[in-house]
Amino acid sequence: MLRVSARRAAAVTATATAGSTSNSKLWRNPISLLQRRRFCLGVLPDGVDRSSEAFVRNSKAMEGFLSEFQSHIDKVLAGGGPEAVKRNMSRNKLLPRERIDRLIDPGSSFLELSQLAGHELYEESLPSAGIITGIGPVHGRLCMFVANDPTVKGGTYYPITVKKHLRAQEIAARCKLPCIYLVDSGGAYLPRQADVFPDRDNFGRVFYNQALMSAEGIPQIALVLGSCTAGGAYIPAMADESVMVKGNGTIFLAGPPLVKAATGEEVSAEDLGGASVHCKTSGVSDYFAQDELHGLAIGRNIVKNLHMAAKQGMMNGWQNIASEYKEPLYDVKELRSIAPADHKQPFDIRLVIARIVDGSEFDEFKKLYGTTLVTGFARIFGQPVGILGNNGILFNESALKGAHFIEICTQRNIPLVFLQNITGFMVGSRSEANGIAKSGAKMVMAVSCAKVPKVTIIVGGSFGAGNYAMCGRAYSPDFMFLWPNAKISVMGGAQAAGVLSQIERSNKKKKGIQWTKEEEEVFKAKVVEAYEREGSSYYSTARLWDDGIIDPADTRKVLGLCISASLTRGAEDTKYGVFRM
Amino acid sequence: MASFLLRLNLRPKSSPRHSFLVYVKPFSTSPHNIGDNTTKKNPIEKILIANRGEIACRIIRTAKRLGIRTVAVYSDADRNSLHVKSADEAAYIGPAAARMSYLNGLAIVEAAFRTGAQAIHPGYGFLSESAEFAQLCEDKGLTFIGPPASAIRDMGDKSASKRIMGAAGVPLVPGYHGNEQDIDLLKSEAEKIGYPILIKPTHGGGGKGMRIVHTANEFVEALLGAQREAAASFGISTILLEKYITRPRHIEVQIIADQHDNVLFLFERDCSVQRRHQKIIEEAPAPNVDNDLRSLLGQTAVSAAKAVNYYSAGTVEFIFDIDSSKFYFMEMNTRLQVEHPVTEMIVGLDLVEWQIRVAMEECLPFSQSQVPLSVRVETGVEQGDTVSMHYDPMIAKLVVRGETRDAALIKMKDCLSKFQVAGVLTNINFLQKLVNHWAFENGQVETHFIEHFKEDLLVDPSNSVLAKEAYAAARLSATLVAACVCEKEHSSLKESLPGGNKSLSIWYAYPPFRVHHNTRRTMELEWDDEYDSSGSRLLTLSITYQPNGNYLIETGESNSQGLEVKAVHLGNHDFRVEADGLKMDVSLAVYSKDHTEHIHIWHGSHHHHFRQIVGLQLSNEDETQHKPSYETGSHPPGTVVAPMAGLVVKVLVKDGTKVEEGQPILVLEAMKMEHVVKAPSAGYVCGLEVTAGQQVSDGCVLFSVKCKNSGVR
Repeated sequence: MLRVSARRAAAVTATATAGSTSNSKLWRNPISLLQRRRFCLGVLPDGVDRSSEAFVRNSKAMEGFLSEFQSHIDKVLAGGGPEAVKRNMSRNKLLPRERIDRLIDPGSSFLELSQLAGHELYEESLPSAGIITGIGPVHGRLCMFVANDPTVKGGTYYPITVKKHLRAQEIAARCKLPCIYLVDSGGAYLPRQADVFPDRDNFGRVFYNQALMSAEGIPQIALVLGSCTAGGAYIPAMADESVMVKGNGTIFLAGPPLVKAATGEEVSAEDLGGASVHCKTSGVSDYFAQDELHGLAIGRNIVKNLHMAAKQGMMNGWQNIASEYKEPLYDVKELRSIAPADHKQPFDIRLVIARIVDGSEFDEFKKLYGTTLVTGFARIFGQPVGILGNNGILFNESALKGAHFIEICTQRNIPLVFLQNITGFMVGSRSEANGIAKSGAKMVMAVSCAKVPKVTIIVGGSFGAGNYAMCGRAYSPDFMFLWPNAKISVMGGAQAAGVLSQIERSNKKKKGIQWTKEEEEVFKAKVVEAYEREGSSYYSTARLWDDGIIDPADTRKVLGLCISASLTRGAEDTKYGVFRM
Repeated sequence: MASFLLRLNLRPKSSPRHSFLVYVKPFSTSPHNIGDNTTKKNPIEKILIANRGEIACRIIRTAKRLGIRTVAVYSDADRNSLHVKSADEAAYIGPAAARMSYLNGLAIVEAAFRTGAQAIHPGYGFLSESAEFAQLCEDKGLTFIGPPASAIRDMGDKSASKRIMGAAGVPLVPGYHGNEQDIDLLKSEAEKIGYPILIKPTHGGGGKGMRIVHTANEFVEALLGAQREAAASFGISTILLEKYITRPRHIEVQIIADQHDNVLFLFERDCSVQRRHQKIIEEAPAPNVDNDLRSLLGQTAVSAAKAVNYYSAGTVEFIFDIDSSKFYFMEMNTRLQVEHPVTEMIVGLDLVEWQIRVAMEECLPFSQSQVPLSVRVETGVEQGDTVSMHYDPMIAKLVVRGETRDAALIKMKDCLSKFQVAGVLTNINFLQKLVNHWAFENGQVETHFIEHFKEDLLVDPSNSVLAKEAYAAARLSATLVAACVCEKEHSSLKESLPGGNKSLSIWYAYPPFRVHHNTRRTMELEWDDEYDSSGSRLLTLSITYQPNGNYLIETGESNSQGLEVKAVHLGNHDFRVEADGLKMDVSLAVYSKDHTEHIHIWHGSHHHHFRQIVGLQLSNEDETQHKPSYETGSHPPGTVVAPMAGLVVKVLVKDGTKVEEGQPILVLEAMKMEHVVKAPSAGYVCGLEVTAGQQVSDGCVLFSVKCKNSGVR
């Protein structure tokens, strides 16, 4: 495959070139290894040369990525800073992650989403966008948690906070996960109200979603652990059941200052909308909690009593899950050394697959055809999956193979995993003449319409229409994560700089302006720099173009958890649109 | 050989009772000549045990070994008790109160007839020293497994027994027991006895009216005081005089006698370590007793028993004066004692077996070939049993034996540390302190031992060094608890998942997954700090799951670093824990009671009890606010309106009255129900104008409650 892509690289414009072969030393020829292991055809070979230069270089690069990344993570895990955390503690309140830890089953896992949302998005820092979302089990029932962080800007909703809240609801609605809202928020962040309030996917959508999910029988549970003002008041009010904590929890449409301004009435927050008022008098809340721990314990109890709610389709059509499974044969941590430091270096996606699937067993489909797309069947923690991984540019054949494979998986209710490392579809006259747009459209159609759970991991580049065909964000994968080294943009920075400088040059020429070589280089460098920044995983994750950045070593676990969460819903039939033939 | 017995009681303050030690030496007479054990004149095939708990179980065990069938008796409180389950048959004898059941001789005899038992073993306590009961058995043709009724009677009467003993040449505490109460006579008697003197009322007990007099010039005053107090307490002012022994030891001799005039002594037990006249630890043989003294004690005990024609097992108690090395007869217990296993351990005999065989009129045939067990735990309860308030709270006794006293002590300490009792408060901790005390280790026992060393043995809240140590120990235990609880969760998740949904197993993989950080959790444990007047102390532990499966546990104290703990669950309650380079066995017991999670931990010689705060123990009631729901915001604060339309039936206070929060003000009748309208807060009632018989409409203002300043004009 490498030879193929290398030979055709010259024709590629909107992609990074795969010119060098230095990375190829990282992996040995898998076919010859497979032939040696005749008796276990499905088992992928190790394929990694640990003493190679590339291996060492990649490890180092990833180490750098991860340590920088971890320093950002450590900052957001600390919430709104020591002062705010201390103030929170003095009010007998826990931090949002601690609250979730007390709600989920002891010793169970929690899949947190978009930890770095809001990262360097505003002038002020907004750790985790001021809201913690994620999935974890309560009494053996997977739930979606949405927890305001009162230490970050008083838990108010910035535009990105709203986006993160809505994304959590979107996942919950899709996967039919009961929602638990841990409310402790001052409502919309007023200085940015124009970006928070009026549009379709703004604050109001939160309650709309609650109403629709409740209508679908997806339980909506609110624990009022702090203030819950104005629009925020609708979160518990719209919930099926809600709990309020004495002293800390308050619900009102207008707080004491606004009430005074509007009516002249002087009233304390507790008397205006405390637990006592709402549990006894107004009926806005259903359970009275003496303190926060009590409230969280009541929350667990509510989930215990959900019984069949939103469970109708549960496991329907997904029975083929093995309770026993083998770990991969090779160390999952080596994924850190497999992703190339340099995006131009291709690598065999099978090295990744071998480290994330059960027993490193991968039954490859159409192995010899359209080889730049690797497709096949495997299991992750006993859960059957169909995997599509990139091994180069998508050609006609690879796109057709992809569409074919997706059709098979949807017919069989097999969840799809996309491992993106894609520079794009093949361009050039020959390719266009062969109908690459038509073939690509087939794959995009198949991806769009597939109703099975879809999980996308970007392990390298994600450029151009390749992003679409490989189930990018616009294709609503159930979950989508990036490796820290990931790059996302419509094309590579160098290519974009080339295109843009050509346009600029001709514009200048029309105006009769001279453009020196130096000026052009500065122009190009600017473009490259902007693409570099805007294409980075941080830029993406800060804007919620994904569900988070993950350590490559966590890929298998995260995939397993995502697939498990998306299997909560019943299997649906897939109906495709018109395939252009 | 040495042997100890410790009593593990429920109520540490009132429980301790005895402690003994007996020494084993070969008998001077050749044991095999004593009698012919083939002649069974009074065969017993079925025994009724007129007792309960530990001793009933212990007798049943011996009877079973001898092939004798057993009948237990039980009261309402004991329907499911261990002794009832252990016996071949069981007969109901009455209600829980002892006097209606275990002390009801007729009911017990009746039970023996109903079940066809030929003999009754009374155990200890209850009817064991009732001459009337022994007589009743004899009259009804049942064999009483114990001494003859006459011996019980003779020894049961304190003055009679002293007379008989005096006549038999058994030394008695010098004293005056005469009826003549003339002050001068008493004073001269006191001179004769020699100071210090104990003045004691002839009736009553419990230390009331007792006086210790050290010199002659204190005598008269003390005497008058004692007489006054005795008269006030018991109605009789008669007193007696006795020599007061400043440093006494309590030493008793176990004897066994058959019905053929053979009386043997099985050496002595020391039970000096007492608390509130309750023996706590019993040791055999007694420490610091030489062989001459030992044999003198034994011979004296034999003479005492012979003087009342004793047979079966019995104990002769002496008080030993450390200063003069003299001993005096106190009393004889005409029954098996709680502490009898201590002697059994060193002589290798089963005393219950010999009580039964003596009752069958066999001769004593001693051969001491049977090797005894070295550790023995006697209990009458099992998990789930209720420890009834009706009977003795003792739940177990522990007996150990060693070749030397030191060896026995080591074993005792080890065994004590292995006792794991959860759910009830016990005195194990106190017993541990006792056996570890240097003076006890040296055998420096006397009856004032605990009082003397109370600073070492009892908790002294002012001792900040010990308080700190206790807190540090609790903190370590809490740390281990945290690790073990997490580990136990882990292993139980392997067996079954919450909700039983196997497809979610990945969510419970170990260690629990978090995105880009290790899982952390907080555990709040409440610990009862004996050194802290406020009682309980909250320990907050932060647990971080390490990728290698260990737990990093921090206690949040600024001066302590986290401890990395590795815990392996060995099954049930047992764990192997590694922390700070040390490996140890840890046991954990967890149970819920009254909505609270209780956790007990044992490791090494430590035992701690914690309550885990989980939030659920709180009620869902709003207890703090008494604000009536019909107080509305449209009226000034403190205004009370009618909750519904109705008729005022009663007005309970006048306008302007000072009222407490929640105090009823008036009664409304509506919807066929009476509604009491209460004061929303403390203050002065204001604007109360409605009267009884008046109809009020929904929401109309009834009155308001205002604080002093604005309210009353």
